Amino acid sequence: MPDVLIRGGRVINPANKTDAVLDVLVEDGKVKMVKKDISVKSADVIDASGLIVCPGLIDMHVHLREPGREDEETIASGTRAAVKGGFTAVACMPNTDPVVDNASVIELILERAQNEGVAHVLPVGAITKGLKGEELSEMGELIRVGAVAFSDDGNSVMNAEVMRRALEYSVMLDALIIVHAEDMNLSGRGQMNEGFYSTLLGLKGVPVAAEEIMIARDMILAEMIEARVHITHVSTAGSVRLIRQAKERGVRVTCEATPHHLVLTEALLESYDTNYKVNPPLRTEVDVLALREGLKEGTIDAIASDHAPHALHEKEREFDYAPFGIVGLETTLPLMLTELVESGELSYTQLIEKLSCNPARILGLEAGSLSVGSPANVTVFDPKVKVKVDVSSFESKSRNSPLSGWELIGMAKYVLVDGKLVLRDGRVA
Amino acid sequence: MQLKSKDLLGIRELDGEEIELILDTAESFREISTRAVKKVPTLRGRTIVSLFLEPSTRTRVSFELAGKRLSADVVNISARASAVAKGECLKDTAKTIEAMNADLVVMRHSAAGAPHFLAKLIECGVINAGDGAHEHPTQALLDLFTIKERLGKIEGLQVVVIGDIAHSRVARSNILALTKLGARVTVVGPPTLIPMGIGEMGCEVSYDLDTVLGQADVVYALRIQLERQTETLFPSLREYAALFGLNEERAGRLKKNALIMHPGPMNRGIEITAEVADLPQSVVTDQVANGVAVRMAILYLLIGGGEGA
Repeated sequence: MPDVLIRGGRVINPANKTDAVLDVLVEDGKVKMVKKDISVKSADVIDASGLIVCPGLIDMHVHLREPGREDEETIASGTRAAVKGGFTAVACMPNTDPVVDNASVIELILERAQNEGVAHVLPVGAITKGLKGEELSEMGELIRVGAVAFSDDGNSVMNAEVMRRALEYSVMLDALIIVHAEDMNLSGRGQMNEGFYSTLLGLKGVPVAAEEIMIARDMILAEMIEARVHITHVSTAGSVRLIRQAKERGVRVTCEATPHHLVLTEALLESYDTNYKVNPPLRTEVDVLALREGLKEGTIDAIASDHAPHALHEKEREFDYAPFGIVGLETTLPLMLTELVESGELSYTQLIEKLSCNPARILGLEAGSLSVGSPANVTVFDPKVKVKVDVSSFESKSRNSPLSGWELIGMAKYVLVDGKLVLRDGRVA
Repeated sequence: MQLKSKDLLGIRELDGEEIELILDTAESFREISTRAVKKVPTLRGRTIVSLFLEPSTRTRVSFELAGKRLSADVVNISARASAVAKGECLKDTAKTIEAMNADLVVMRHSAAGAPHFLAKLIECGVINAGDGAHEHPTQALLDLFTIKERLGKIEGLQVVVIGDIAHSRVARSNILALTKLGARVTVVGPPTLIPMGIGEMGCEVSYDLDTVLGQADVVYALRIQLERQTETLFPSLREYAALFGLNEERAGRLKKNALIMHPGPMNRGIEITAEVADLPQSVVTDQVANGVAVRMAILYLLIGGGEGA
């Protein structure tokens, strides 16, 4: 592996508050030197002038569909999509077939990632066996073989007693529980946010209470047990308020929002386009504004795509019958640059914190930093280039993005994973 | 004047002028059904596919009669006796219909938005004959026709719609159609059957039938689906009938000329008693008869294309 010299980029490394035009030298998979005008005899030189160089982005919520639905995504295609979108690591959710509730599935995922993946794959184990919400999975064993956190994502742990025991058990392991907050009695067969639009469109609604009740419950449990929880895909103004209050009380909680919940609203469902069908559902303008406020003030720690690939024939159906989910790995960075940074709501540094430093800290990874000696996971992006979203050019196997045709600003140009150049001039190696 | 779209997907997509056009056209078609030979050659050579993926008798038969009285060829596809039962997806069904050169598809589906999905897939026109809890535009149009026939106008009338608003496509289409023509609509039912944000569609909301009954020019009772009780939406049919049923005592407090309507099929003894259903002010059978004329008008306006008539 040749040394890589990233020359003349604007290096933003929130870990040591660097924001300056510098060179970055990568040697033996590590960041060797970060300073002005580095000269080396032989290296793969990247001209990063006009580009931003930052610690590798981490998407802490994706679905890679392998094993089970390799027609929708594989570890190979999903990590290519990740790298194309500027991510050096992804945390993959356990709702595969079979479910990630035993060591062998984690071993399979890690082996595939090693052999076929181009980015780091961080498996999330199931909280309960079969995601059924009944019996705890062998968390100790799962951590031993490589689980980075636990979640029943897609399902809620509906039984508060089971959740209590999971949180207690996680304390012993210093493990993170990622909460998919949804009271499944309240959400029922709901298809979209409950309100004027669900009434107008005749689609069954999911009330905001379905999410907020579970967040409130789990804040109370986490406080009692002093466990560490992370709330995934927060979507309502009330959820932001509950998490803000819990943080003020000292509850060990973090949370993330998705790009689509930060940008899109339920009004778009008027078209009955199933690419807008997602769980939790797109909410109102008021919720979008509250999420952005939460992001700015730090209540919301991270942005994660909830990349959820689905086969075309399953999405091209009646709204009620289509599966929930949006692909996001290849649009998250440009969409957030356009909507949050270009609009002046976040600085580049803040966005990098939400997409790299904070996910690394929450998951307890040795990542999210460009300091000398760190593993060389590096993202280099063009913050000003105009791009038009073309779903047919996705590295992902699936195309279920509502952003098709959107004009966005910014894209990843180079990505290094452990010192290896896996994205070069916007193309996956 | 013509309709603006190749499809009739909902009242929402129509403006007041288009609604008036359909009602006026229906007026001229009504007479045909009273003739000994109930047929004109207007749509001869045209093919209408009647795609009913949810059980229905009156709407399907009404459309079929409307098509046949205009001499169109009407082909029925029902869920049970078709490739749909074998798991064919709607996209493939649409492609099949397209390949058969249909001129118009009349679709009933249990999923809201299914006709909109179909309309994007095929070139020919689509009529929504009821999609989930979303819309049932031809029902609303025949209801307006019936009201206008009896009361001479729509504008300024007070219409009270009673019952399961949450699950009713009839309620949604009627709220939209009536308010577009200047009527005032109040929906009445228990809060469990009144969907969130319905007021933003332009109607008033009440939970007390007896306080709104006296001002009504039209009372419209919706069918109560018996399974709602098990969904804890109301405690019992007995209590529902006591609070929201149209009985003789309530009918006695209506204005003298007020109309009593129901989209059918009725649950006699629940949302409406047998006695009230058979009162002279009850126009339930007129609604059915007018349904054919209104649907003839819609078929003509969508695919009549100025030939014949």
